[in-house]
Amino acid sequence: MALADEVLRGSFHAIGKAISLVENGAPEGRDLLERLHARVGDSLRIGLTGPPGVGKSTAVDEMAAVLRARGEKVAVVAVDPTSPFSGGALLGDRIRMSKAAGAGDVFMRSMATRGESGGLARATQDAVDLLDASGRTFIFIETVGVGQSEIEVSRAADCVIVLLSPESGDGVQAMKSGLLEVADIVAINKADRGGADRLEHDLRTAFELGLRPRREIPILATQANAGIGIPELVATVEAFVFARKASGAFQERRRLGMEDRLRKIAEFLVQKDLWGGEGAPERVKEAAERVLRRENSPYGCARALIREALR
Amino acid sequence: MTKDSTGRKFRVIVAKPGLDGHDRGAKVVAAALRDAGFEVIYTGLHQTCDLIANAALQEDADAVCVSILSGAHMTIFPELLDLLKKKGMDDVLLCGGGIIPPDDAEALRHQGVGRLFGPGTDTRDIVRYLQEEIPRRRPRP
Repeated sequence: MALADEVLRGSFHAIGKAISLVENGAPEGRDLLERLHARVGDSLRIGLTGPPGVGKSTAVDEMAAVLRARGEKVAVVAVDPTSPFSGGALLGDRIRMSKAAGAGDVFMRSMATRGESGGLARATQDAVDLLDASGRTFIFIETVGVGQSEIEVSRAADCVIVLLSPESGDGVQAMKSGLLEVADIVAINKADRGGADRLEHDLRTAFELGLRPRREIPILATQANAGIGIPELVATVEAFVFARKASGAFQERRRLGMEDRLRKIAEFLVQKDLWGGEGAPERVKEAAERVLRRENSPYGCARALIREALR
Repeated sequence: MTKDSTGRKFRVIVAKPGLDGHDRGAKVVAAALRDAGFEVIYTGLHQTCDLIANAALQEDADAVCVSILSGAHMTIFPELLDLLKKKGMDDVLLCGGGIIPPDDAEALRHQGVGRLFGPGTDTRDIVRYLQEEIPRRRPRP
């Protein structure tokens, strides 16, 4: 397939089209992933999450600038929500990524959640794999940013940065939100605003109280719009990754993430065969009639449907 | 329908090129397209043609919708069209809106630019136009 070769060569045009194929669940997209899977796994995946308006896109833009200045090939996948009412989406992350966009050598893709609720889209990891195979060395994954339920990113990324700002709420907010549990690093953005010291103190208290007793979480102060604290944030990410690789925790996390992803893909494929396969609607109708005629139980019929679909 | 039979959702770039800072029209159109089920990539103000074309490439956009109120349309549309072609996006629809005299719109249409919508346009007309024109230009198996 010519598209696969073009992706391997790093063509932005080809990557753009390839991501659409996996995003739309097209058979060509799955073929592409089959063909490229042996080239996936060398890039570093950095997740960014945090409440809306905290500065995630701006921080990614600045981090990308730091990395590309020393020759890294950077990509960004930024996820925004799909409206459950219209099915449409307004994807606005490019607005804050003017440096990356202007550089021309950073690949940036906006993605709509299309009904997923964990902060990422179903095809986000597929897109990241394609970017990985294309030779990108650093891939940022920016979540929707609704907070509190964005656990998906901790499985898709090697390192997760949680961005907060002094406006994000007090220490109790920090303790109750599920957000901090996914953090490998916390950055307090807009640190020039009042309350940053207080938030940092609250966070340290929260961590001391055993929210996350397993290890030390670095807390940094940043002002992403001015680039302040961003080189330090990049260095902290790299130190984290270095330590994790040395201890084996890096590989362990990738394995756990892959287990999770395989479960999801398997469920998706089974569901597709079950309800979308040839003759599926007729089989379900027939099964329902059997139950109503008292020939079989609902559970017995459901099992039979699964056996039929997997055959 | 804002997706075709293969489940592809229409992806549209809404951009404001150049120096004019009047983005209300672009925002109205972006919101209308969102509500009609499009995935709208809004790039914001002060975009160069190069930035817009790069965005279209990376986002695999089906259409690029540009709002120009500054009078620079006879420069910007041909430049954008040229860039899209150069980057291999012959099948991507370029259309737009703003204050564009009918003669200019006609001239641009001959060069290959799509419909240009003026003040007072019903957003439903824009939605309908894109829904018809995108599958015509980019049919997918």
